[in-house]
Amino acid sequence: MSVEVKNLFFKYSERSILEDISFKAEQGQITSLLGANGAGKSTLFKCILGLFKHYEGEIIIEDKKLKNLNQHDLSRMIAYVPQSSYPAFNYSVFEMVLMGTSSFSMAWENPGLAQKEAAEESLKDLGIYYLKDRDYQNLSGGERQLVLIARAIAQKTKVLILDEITANLDYGNQLEVLEKVKNLAIKGLTVILSTHNPEQAFMFSDRIVALQNKKVLANGNPKIIMDSALIKKMYKVDVEMVSLYKDKIRFMAPTFMIN
Amino acid sequence: MEKESKTTFSLIITFLVIVLLFTMIFSFGLGRYSISIGTIIKILFSKIFTIKQDWELEVELVLFGIRLPRILIAVLVGMGLSISGCVYQGVFQNPMASPNVLGTSSASAFGAVLGILMSLPENLVISSAFFFGLLSIFLVYLIGHKFGDKQILSIILAGIMISSIFSASTSLIKLIADPNDKLPEITYWLMGGLGGSSYENLLFILGPLLIGFIPLFIFRWRLNILTLSEDEARSIGVNTSRLRIMALFCATLITSSTVACCGVISWVGLVIPNLARKLVGNDYRKLFPISALMGGLFLLLVDDLARNLLVSEIPLGILTSFVGAPFFLYLMIRKGKRK
Repeated sequence: MSVEVKNLFFKYSERSILEDISFKAEQGQITSLLGANGAGKSTLFKCILGLFKHYEGEIIIEDKKLKNLNQHDLSRMIAYVPQSSYPAFNYSVFEMVLMGTSSFSMAWENPGLAQKEAAEESLKDLGIYYLKDRDYQNLSGGERQLVLIARAIAQKTKVLILDEITANLDYGNQLEVLEKVKNLAIKGLTVILSTHNPEQAFMFSDRIVALQNKKVLANGNPKIIMDSALIKKMYKVDVEMVSLYKDKIRFMAPTFMIN
Repeated sequence: MEKESKTTFSLIITFLVIVLLFTMIFSFGLGRYSISIGTIIKILFSKIFTIKQDWELEVELVLFGIRLPRILIAVLVGMGLSISGCVYQGVFQNPMASPNVLGTSSASAFGAVLGILMSLPENLVISSAFFFGLLSIFLVYLIGHKFGDKQILSIILAGIMISSIFSASTSLIKLIADPNDKLPEITYWLMGGLGGSSYENLLFILGPLLIGFIPLFIFRWRLNILTLSEDEARSIGVNTSRLRIMALFCATLITSSTVACCGVISWVGLVIPNLARKLVGNDYRKLFPISALMGGLFLLLVDDLARNLLVSEIPLGILTSFVGAPFFLYLMIRKGKRK
């Protein structure tokens, strides 16, 4: 299931937030949004999630126009993982993941066997089945993020939207979570994520969409578009790009540190 | 583990049901006119089997005419206040929320006080309390809705504002009420109590309580989703605004019918849900039944105290505050220590 954004404009009470955004996220790939704070990444996600409806342009999921879908239909296609989630009340990991299956049943029904199995399966898929009976609030940041991803997997959608999911994690957990996300894409999910780490975006993405000043600055294969000029434009920092291990990794060195 | 927690849950439920039933039977005997447990059991069984009557008719009159409706109302009101507390806490994503947050209690109280001032018949007093309770939720929601994105915060602020307007109006009524006759009546009623309980009262609140209870119980699993952030809840596929309106309407209906029936009884809707959350967690599938049972049990016990502790009856609202507030403080301190 692909997600295509076509000439999208978005205004928030007369203030323009997004202008002429176009890109296509393909199935089985990770598409990463890069951009400075306030570049409009979260707004773009809210449009794709159907939470903001008053945009101009089109968002097309496979072959359906998003504007023609209701929230319930959409929840069968796209799942969302926030940067962090702190519910006011503590739930067990299983209860939390089970919530992802809400759209399987009618509103008045309690979760049935199929839903419980879906929740257990997604915990196993992410290798965190052992956390099942723990309290969500007592988990570490990395574990919590995996639980939220498991909840999104339990929703059984073809598209995943991940909004800066590694922002609050330590270095090791960032890589662990991203590696698991990569595996999900390899299994055939369409993943669109936003991140503040260009090096990780380079390592894990199939496509990078760089946003700057409300517009798409660059859009394409990371190996082609990721260079020091792009970083300079997005983040106003001079860097030297170092390629390592046959260009599997590109490392950035800020020039003010090395000169 | 899922199975294990299920068995603990059924154990807790069974235990609470048994304790509640025993407390109800025990409460029959308490009061100025004391009746022995043996007689109570005999009278109760005589309704099903034929037993030779060796008690005075007066005893049966006290039991069924006065104590039974009062006990039933105490249990129902306790259940209602706890359930609506659970709902408000979830909808406002705040464990400190309670039926008083929306201003429902003060609005209903104002309605009833207005009725008393105008010397309306009892039925109209109760209806007036209903009306203002529902008016307050309507106003709160209308104001809250204008703010769109920040709904949860604005609903709470709107509640505080409306609550203060209605308390001020109630004070105004007290100021102009006849100090010899109306003022004591209003003041006493505001303190909350089950003194005037009758089958008429019971029937009057039973309808609205059931109308509130049933949808909440049916949608109990979905209510969990309301405790997530708006973006998460909606992308999971839940129509949050519709569910929230339903939950608030039901909880308010329950609150205003309890206020109409026996005045403002504070703390129950705050303490009991929090205690139940500690016991079985926050999933509404478990939280609702446990809160309801504990709430019913708690208010019944407090009402037993209210009518037996001193020679004259103590208003229930005073006792629930004396018991509830320190208990809540204790819960908070313990929670703080553990962290």
